[in-house]
Amino acid sequence: MEVLLAPVVGLLFACAVYLLLQRSLGHVIIGLALLSNAANLFIFVASGLGDGAAPIVDPLTKMTPEGSADPVPQALILTAIVIGFGVLAFFITLAYRVYRITGTDDLEALPAADRPSAEEDGQLA
Amino acid sequence: MNWWLVLPIALPFLGAVLGLVAFGKDRTQRTLAVAAAAGQLVAAVGLTHAVATEGIQVMQVGDWRAPFGITLVADHFGALSLLAGSIAGGAAILYAAMTVDRRRARIGYFSYAGVLTAAVAGAFLTGDLFNLFVWFEVMLIASFVLLAVGRRPQQAAGATTYVTLNLVASATFLTAAGLAYALTGTLNFADLSGRLAAVEQRELVTALAILLLAAFGSKAAAYPLSAWLPASYHTPAPDVSPLFAGLLTKVGVYAVARSVTLFFPDEEAIRNVVLAGAGLTMVIGVLGALGQYDIRRLLSFHIVSQVGYMFMGVGLLTPLALAGTTYYMAQHMVTKTALFLVAGVIEERRGTGELKALGGLYRANLPLAIVFALAALSLAGIPPFAGFVAKFTLARAGMEIGSWPIVGVSLAVSLLTLLSMVKIWNEAFWKAPPTEEDVATPLVVPAEEESLGSAATFYRGRAILLPAALLATVSVMMGLAAGPLFELALSAGEELSDPTHYVEAVLGGAR
Repeated sequence: MEVLLAPVVGLLFACAVYLLLQRSLGHVIIGLALLSNAANLFIFVASGLGDGAAPIVDPLTKMTPEGSADPVPQALILTAIVIGFGVLAFFITLAYRVYRITGTDDLEALPAADRPSAEEDGQLA
Repeated sequence: MNWWLVLPIALPFLGAVLGLVAFGKDRTQRTLAVAAAAGQLVAAVGLTHAVATEGIQVMQVGDWRAPFGITLVADHFGALSLLAGSIAGGAAILYAAMTVDRRRARIGYFSYAGVLTAAVAGAFLTGDLFNLFVWFEVMLIASFVLLAVGRRPQQAAGATTYVTLNLVASATFLTAAGLAYALTGTLNFADLSGRLAAVEQRELVTALAILLLAAFGSKAAAYPLSAWLPASYHTPAPDVSPLFAGLLTKVGVYAVARSVTLFFPDEEAIRNVVLAGAGLTMVIGVLGALGQYDIRRLLSFHIVSQVGYMFMGVGLLTPLALAGTTYYMAQHMVTKTALFLVAGVIEERRGTGELKALGGLYRANLPLAIVFALAALSLAGIPPFAGFVAKFTLARAGMEIGSWPIVGVSLAVSLLTLLSMVKIWNEAFWKAPPTEEDVATPLVVPAEEESLGSAATFYRGRAILLPAALLATVSVMMGLAAGPLFELALSAGEELSDPTHYVEAVLGGAR
């Protein structure tokens, strides 16, 4: 399973980076969604998958069954998914607001906050 | 149960929740926010005192033995960061409580500010990598809202930049946490410290270091991951920037210092990367500031530049250098917040932070000029102010181990910082106010002003200078009476340079 999932993780990261480099804010948001999914899947795979037995301690041997998955990464992913979901919902709302205020979702067309605006340029010259 | 470790996180959170309960009651929310911030400050003082007298404080949440549960730890470095953070955050919230308009207060401004300060405290005190991720996210969500509320087009652009960058950094951090767990089977800082040294696949440890540095470096705004900060910090209302400027990037710096000292103390290459990044960050930040004519944008570039100084101590990694980083971080939080508060008062009084349109503030408002001068001189590192003590320590630490290039860069950047501060002084305070002819086009676009001004400032009296004045006083005290605090910083440097103290306190002291 790990061998199958590892390329999937790589592919997800690659798609995420490609989308993040787009000019459209919508693409960037989908890229971020893919990025957080890729990170979650990475945690899932990197810690080993086992053969699917439930990690419940056997009352006789006081041990988890052979080949059971490690529950900790799954708990981490669960937390990360919830956080990622909330943040993504916020960003979609923000994107809508940006569109309402500026009338565009093209990142190049947004008013540049880090450069002096056109009229200031004129004064500095 | 060690209450001093819980209260700095719990009190602001409680204040935020009560603030939501008191929805619509404007004055109650403001009072609650200030009370919670004051409570956090008291708790931080108590914690620092406990650390100074009894050593590293540890608490295992839910009594789960480390490394299985979440650990809260305060060593000297964590406690001092928290103390400075709660002073700066408290002053910023006091300023906000006085000035924030009713419209933004109504949508829960003070609850978000409370959550933000609680999350910063959590990040400073946690001893668990994944828990640190969670605190980062809590901090981010609160800061997203504070940054995005408003209608100016530039603010929309600034918020988009900020949110995107931080989400990418968070995903990187998450991947790093996963990799750390896959390599060692633990997420506890102290446990990771020992187990990472024993990992045989060194190239994966290097990968982990790169991921962590990229994630924390972008949150700390270190070059080459710094461009987002000057693009966004000046865009929200003037009452939001001080809170951000004092606290957010410093959590990133804290995380870098913590992870480099605990996880990779023997990796020469990583230290060199941090040191090179420190030098570049200082230079790029200060050069960016030279061309700026908006006060808050200019000060934002200086945050970047000063993050470089804090990284310098981490890169040198001697006890004295780490003491320098600790002291630099503490005084920076106080001083920088004071400067942003002064910028806030200026914008509130004159309606603009554009230096070309300002002038004559020395004559109009002498106390404001004095507060600015004190904070600015400290920022530039002029003796006897706090910035001088911090920079002197770092430079001396660099000389001791013969790292001349970084020492030279840091001193040159100091001069350029002074130049920037003198520019603000000349333009805003000293020169005569511009006449109608000087200002050819209106510097504040009227449409912006109209949409911003739908709700008036809550309070406009002279006392809005009070938070900045308090911080400037603290900053001066940190310079003139540096002794006691510097002793604590030296202990922090000792602890950071030898991880065994931290590891023993967490794993050995498990109850």
